[in-house]
Amino acid sequence: MELFIPALLTIITAATPLLFAALGEMVTEKSGILNLGVEGMMVMGAITGFVIVNYTGSVTLAIGASILAGVLMAALFALLVLTFHASQVPTGLALTIFGIGLSALVGQNMIGIAYEGIPKISIPYLSDIPVIGTLLFHQDILVYISLIMVALIYLFLNKTRAGLILRAVGDSHDAAHAMGYSVMRIRLMATLFGGGMAGLGGAYLSLAYSPLWVEQMTAGRGWIALALVVFASWRTGRILFGAYLFGGISILQLHAQALGIGVPSQVMSMLPYLATILVLVITSSDQTQIRLNAPASLGRTFQPSR
Amino acid sequence: MNSNPDYLIELQGMTKAFPGVLANDSVDLRIEPGEVHALLGENGAGKSTLVKMIYGILKPDSGTVHFQGKPVIIDTPARARDLGIAMVFQHFSLFDSLSVVENISLGMDRKVDLSTLANEIIQVSERYGLPLDPHRHVYTLSVGERQRIEIVRCLLQNPKLLVMDEPTSVLTPQEVKKLFITLNRLAEEGLAILYISHKLDEIKALCHKATILRNGKRVATVDVDTESTSSLATMMMGEEMKKNQEKRAAVVGEIRLQAHGLNMIAPDSTGISLKDIHLEVRAGEVVGIAGVAGNGQDELLKALNGEDSCKNNECIIIDGKHSGRLDPNARRKAGLASVPEKRLGHGAVPDMNLVDNAFMTGFSRMGLLVKGLINYRKTRNFAHQVIDDFAVKTPGSNVQADSLSGGNLQKFIIGRELSQRPDILIVSQPTWGVDAGAAQTIRQALRELAAQGAAMLIISQDLDELMEISDRIGAICGGRLSKFYPTAEMTVEKVGLLMAGVSLDEGDTNAA
Amino acid sequence: MLPNLVKRQLPSRSMVYLSPVLAFLLSLLAGVILFIIMRVSPLAALHAFFVEPLSSAYNLSELGVKATPLVLIGVALSLGFKAGVWNIGAEGQLTIGGLCGGAVALFFYEKEGIHIIPLMLLAGVLGGMAWAAIVAFLRVKFNANEILTSLMLSYVAGLFLNFMVHGPLKDPDGFNFPESRLFSDSAIIPVILEGTRLHLGAIMALISVVLGWVILSRSLLGYQIKVAGSAPAASEHAGFSKSRIIWVTLLTGGGVAGLAGVLEVAGPIGQLLPNISPGYGFTAIIVAYVGRLHPVGALFAGLLMAVTYLGGETAQIQLNLPVAVTGVFQGLLLFFLLACDILIYYRIQFGKPALAVEKS
Repeated sequence: MELFIPALLTIITAATPLLFAALGEMVTEKSGILNLGVEGMMVMGAITGFVIVNYTGSVTLAIGASILAGVLMAALFALLVLTFHASQVPTGLALTIFGIGLSALVGQNMIGIAYEGIPKISIPYLSDIPVIGTLLFHQDILVYISLIMVALIYLFLNKTRAGLILRAVGDSHDAAHAMGYSVMRIRLMATLFGGGMAGLGGAYLSLAYSPLWVEQMTAGRGWIALALVVFASWRTGRILFGAYLFGGISILQLHAQALGIGVPSQVMSMLPYLATILVLVITSSDQTQIRLNAPASLGRTFQPSR
Repeated sequence: MNSNPDYLIELQGMTKAFPGVLANDSVDLRIEPGEVHALLGENGAGKSTLVKMIYGILKPDSGTVHFQGKPVIIDTPARARDLGIAMVFQHFSLFDSLSVVENISLGMDRKVDLSTLANEIIQVSERYGLPLDPHRHVYTLSVGERQRIEIVRCLLQNPKLLVMDEPTSVLTPQEVKKLFITLNRLAEEGLAILYISHKLDEIKALCHKATILRNGKRVATVDVDTESTSSLATMMMGEEMKKNQEKRAAVVGEIRLQAHGLNMIAPDSTGISLKDIHLEVRAGEVVGIAGVAGNGQDELLKALNGEDSCKNNECIIIDGKHSGRLDPNARRKAGLASVPEKRLGHGAVPDMNLVDNAFMTGFSRMGLLVKGLINYRKTRNFAHQVIDDFAVKTPGSNVQADSLSGGNLQKFIIGRELSQRPDILIVSQPTWGVDAGAAQTIRQALRELAAQGAAMLIISQDLDELMEISDRIGAICGGRLSKFYPTAEMTVEKVGLLMAGVSLDEGDTNAA
Repeated sequence: MLPNLVKRQLPSRSMVYLSPVLAFLLSLLAGVILFIIMRVSPLAALHAFFVEPLSSAYNLSELGVKATPLVLIGVALSLGFKAGVWNIGAEGQLTIGGLCGGAVALFFYEKEGIHIIPLMLLAGVLGGMAWAAIVAFLRVKFNANEILTSLMLSYVAGLFLNFMVHGPLKDPDGFNFPESRLFSDSAIIPVILEGTRLHLGAIMALISVVLGWVILSRSLLGYQIKVAGSAPAASEHAGFSKSRIIWVTLLTGGGVAGLAGVLEVAGPIGQLLPNISPGYGFTAIIVAYVGRLHPVGALFAGLLMAVTYLGGETAQIQLNLPVAVTGVFQGLLLFFLLACDILIYYRIQFGKPALAVEKS
């Protein structure tokens, strides 16, 4: 039992940044935009949050700044892709390369500074329940937000008219344009939202998961989030499941030594990446699923005819 | 600018220019309530541009619009819908992954909750004979059903003017009849209909008045009843339509291409699977396959061309040899060439020039590859030969394929295949969206190749074209191929039954 | 009077070549702004970044050393990107190539023989190919997105190298530092200019440019690559096998990245370290793009990127600027290039769009 609760806590903390980033990217992709810059937006969110919390001490400001950093990065992407009709794949790659570089630049004086981590919030009474209380009702604010976002995004996409329009734009931008919907505006909003969520995911990394700054501290989580969207076949509930599944893999990584498994640490560190490949292989081999669920105009440049 | 309040809509001096072309040059159009008004013209005459301005998709460079006597500016589709203008597009604006009711909801400006809307859909669809299940997903529906969604969506908005852009090109003749009954009924209820088409018999059957466009200009507005189809055709094309040559009896030789129990399972549920295809084409004959779009035409062409290869080698036989597992290049060497329906991106590479595009399918038969390297001198000569022989209008061979007009690109693609002297040629939609002159050239060239002893298979949605050009005719429906019958024994109605998947042998074929 | 974008009737050929130049100038401008924000004299910074690396024979030779892997991989990636095969895991293929070549070098430790270097190169190429083959196999067989799999494998490769230099390949006399032994002389790539570090790999990079050019512009394979990338359905119609193109481009990219890896460890580095590349595999993506996915373009772009690497080092020493500036500059350059590319298809027009018909 004394190993069990920390293990489950690890799942939650490892899953939360993935959950934020993957949810955001899913909404972006639902509108037909493939933003491969998640890693870059996340890492910018991480450094921005860390810098702000160190200068102001305010967690709220730090989280807000992380969101803003993600949104600004996404705005850069949107400018290129939506205004300049640049193709989405290289633009996303550029965003990642740029984000990694810029975060290293911004964070050059932040290396070695420690931060105690954002406080946990206990929900009165509920957090006193044994086991479940600690797990579910004694978490930091970002964990709560991430779970609320799951519900909100599910409701938005499936129960609201705005969500319907977003899905329609992702299904056929030409048809949506012909009906008079502003493809550009809707995609811009979806892209910015994805950026904000990636920024939040980054904030969780540098404020809660391991409250310090290391260059490239996202370590491929942005890319794993992209894979999670495919794994979840663009469904909100499955993103939640997928993110926590990957959180589960991280327990192995962190607790293997404690459990006395004699595997080199590097090999354990490979697990999330290998798992991502495995998950991609399994989901991708079912093309019917992908084709029915993937937004049909994903990644295609939209240029309204004349 | 006076406007007569009797008119529902009155357009004056509508002008719209695009880079390189004046699409509409001071066009006028007037429609009264309850009138079915035809907008008639060849491909490229400017019909689509005009209706897009009416529906607020395009902004006119100049011109005025009066609606119910009042001057209006229609700057968005929402404004058009607000006025009471509804439009059924030629290429449906539908979202495949959404349900019927979701699709319709997206096209409505008033906010209705989905269950109320579903009920309204059922009511309207029953009232006008347009059966539709609101909860089906669009990708499961046939083309005809998809068109019904568009029509029902329009009707739900209680429009005053319904614009229909080439609505019958995706329907069987029987479905066309049903549609006309619905449209007549709507007109009787006072709805004005602007009906865009280049099919003269349809216009004669349905419309009261017709405005004829040619090269972006209005040629005339006439009462349809006082005109003959040939007088309408003359106005549309500018000269007396050339009478097609008499079709000579084909000199039929041995079997060149054979499909035998060909099955092809679609990679996913949105595609069409080919089921037990039997087919034979002999040297010197033209075999036509009719069918409504999306019934497996593309899949059939890909299977015969080898883009999708068969599991067993015996299902396709070229000149007596089992060829089911050959790739397209090997089939090309064996004498089989093909022209797919989609020109840009399938038949040709949009951003490559004509020389490179000539190389695409010509390299092995024309010997354009020397010692593993592309011989550009030979390739350029080949491209020029195609351009000259088939009168492709282009500033040169170094322009990109996507800068050519549809008709010229089609002439180039068909020319590229014909110049390789294939023994078997499969062509899908040879004249789809092609202007009249180019269509004439293309049909002529196809007939000549058949006369020289090639086996010709033509897949087309244009029934008139198939009736004119083919010696034997059949139809494809839901991935199944009908029997084939000599064209001389067939009528449009009988082919229509085949297109709907009805076998002629079950009923009394003579009485049909 | 806002500027309008007007679609050109034909793509502009001159803009194809001008847009990288324009992008470079815009990146310089952005760099100046960045330096001002960082309170560094822009002139001094630009001098350190772009003049210093070109200012002495030795610096020029260092430029060649840095450009070698960038050009090699940039050329190979151009082929793949042109075909729409997004191998962005060249960094991992480089790592495995370096590791395999390095393992051969260590196997022949303190042995003589002219067979050692060819064997190392072969091992590097095969290692890189094998790493890329995983990506190709998963793509062809299971349709797994190659962007994600190749990238994930880069992380795995990095960890694997790390494990090897901490474990099996660690220098037995190295005081437990995570490094291999220094390679013997017979396992070091010959230097082509006395007194510099410029090695035989530079010549291979030049050969790769010529070879890539011939393949892309004149061979059937190059033609198939272009068609597959720009119109996949047309490629199928012509009968070009998609799987074959995926295999060929990935194996080429992997093999060449592997070669670049072994050239690094057997050239400037001379041993195996936990980290053998400052992100050459990723920067090569920018090289390929800035070079217009053309081998000759990749040569120029590779040299330019080498300048930014070298300039970054100079700026660090002279002005105490962080190395990360290099990454920012490279990212900016790619951004500006993608933005400037719109000028190939559109031109900027000020004022109201003209009513008159344009004649071609």
